[in-house]
Amino acid sequence: MPANRLRPPVTVLAPLFVVLYAASGGLSALRDTVAPRDVVRESVLYLPSPAVVSRLALSYDALAADLYWIRAIQHFGDTRLATSGPRRYELLYPLLNLTTALDPKFNIAYRFGAIFLSEAPPGGPGRPDLAIELLKRGLEARPDRWQYMQDIGMVEYMNRHDYRAAADWFERASDLPGAPWWLRSLAANTRAAGGDRAGARALWTALRDGAADNEWLRNDATRRLQQLDALDAVDALQRIVDGWVARGAQKPYTWEALVRAGLLRGRPADASGTTFFLGPYTGTVDVGDESSLRPLPADLATPRSR
Amino acid sequence: MKTIARIALNAFRESVRDKVLYNLVAFAVLMIGASLLIGQLTAGQEVKIIKDLGLASVSVFGTFIAIFIGIGLVSKEVERRSVYALVAKPISRAQLVLGKYAGLALTLAVNVAVMTLAIYAVLAWWQAQTPPDVRAGWEAPALDPALLTAIGLIYLELLVIVAIAIVFSCFSSALLSAAFTFGLVIAGHFSQDLRNFNQVVDSPAAQAVARALYYLLPNLSFFDVKARVVHGEAVGAGEIGLAAAYACVYVSALLTLAVWVFSRRDFK
Repeated sequence: MPANRLRPPVTVLAPLFVVLYAASGGLSALRDTVAPRDVVRESVLYLPSPAVVSRLALSYDALAADLYWIRAIQHFGDTRLATSGPRRYELLYPLLNLTTALDPKFNIAYRFGAIFLSEAPPGGPGRPDLAIELLKRGLEARPDRWQYMQDIGMVEYMNRHDYRAAADWFERASDLPGAPWWLRSLAANTRAAGGDRAGARALWTALRDGAADNEWLRNDATRRLQQLDALDAVDALQRIVDGWVARGAQKPYTWEALVRAGLLRGRPADASGTTFFLGPYTGTVDVGDESSLRPLPADLATPRSR
Repeated sequence: MKTIARIALNAFRESVRDKVLYNLVAFAVLMIGASLLIGQLTAGQEVKIIKDLGLASVSVFGTFIAIFIGIGLVSKEVERRSVYALVAKPISRAQLVLGKYAGLALTLAVNVAVMTLAIYAVLAWWQAQTPPDVRAGWEAPALDPALLTAIGLIYLELLVIVAIAIVFSCFSSALLSAAFTFGLVIAGHFSQDLRNFNQVVDSPAAQAVARALYYLLPNLSFFDVKARVVHGEAVGAGEIGLAAAYACVYVSALLTLAVWVFSRRDFK
């Protein structure tokens, strides 16, 4: 018998392999439907010590830093988008700490990390103190980075509402070589009139215009500006509604009724395309619940009850 | 010299026959996959991450080739008993060891060169995809020639690792040689800790041992400039020259040891 007659033909083996391999995937899928995993695993930081991780990484510290950075982004994103349970960002700072310890010159880990940490709940952990600590560590590694000083100023302004400290940081940043000219005027404006929407708008505009090289930072600043626009629009619409109600408008109040009354051209929407909320019996205007601009900066919004 | 060159060429052909270059396919898949995925996984500094990944991959793939082929260069000849035919030929054992070493150095050079081209190709693609204002914010250009410095130093590190593998291969089995070489490579990355050992222990004897180990073990920190190059920091010519001199001297010492051990080995 010739030897090749003893060998199974490829035409049999190849389809057999494909069928068996696909079947194994099918069985996995079947198992998931029969016994779905209902317990969400707790996020674990397997190696909490930067010194240990640095040694275990051998000479691949920078790559390990990249992996921890990606994990930090995923942790932030997953927690932020979680639909059930409390949104705890407990691993965010340890992950950022590891990232920056492994690669002390990891620019975006400081800048984005500070934005993530300072974001108020539920959009973030609301830890401006840790954000500032992270940025100060960045300054130790790169004392020439005026951007980190500007970011500390932003956190002081937006999250801690310490306008004097914010102005001091903007001023310090403006003294560094290569810093843009507008930082000095920003410092002066902040010192003179901190805490209002105009000041916040000036800050975010400055950040957006100074972040031409970074799409994520630019998009984030643009979103913040859209939030401020939405808050301005809410105030303007509220004035229209209040006047209309005072003239004896009938409940339930609707945008359609306002359009019919000739007070608006159409249903008003924010930059995300979501129609503003109008309380049918209170007449209170607010940003729509479904709007991607939420959560809004509470300290800059005019307090009203729905 | 001609004999060494012939043995080297033969060793190179053997590694090609052993499908060592298949790792390049894995490398290419890794780089292309990473370049496609990285934009989805991170927020900014994609080029930095691609450079980190590329340089680390060159180092890891190269280290695995250096160890797994290096340990077999001599021990495989002994295990297959083909060494009897070789030593019966008019070539010295020194020529055999040096030729084998040069052959694997050539294999690694080809591997590293192709991987370098792949990294630059992926970076060129990213550069073409990125608007000029974003590029202006990069710490170093995507197609930074300084990457070649980091890759060159990785190659020198691989030459040291091959030399370590050959030394063990001359007197031990393939499995033990792999374990010993891995151990030394890992220890070589802890050289700075050994140097600073006196700060954590009080015993003068332990300090002296640590100091001795620091000078005896391969100091692989000489060759690690990956992170600095990626961040656009300059690596001085003096530093590169010192690393090259260290590699040259350390490899020469190890090859001398390998020749000595192999020459004294009895194949009866």
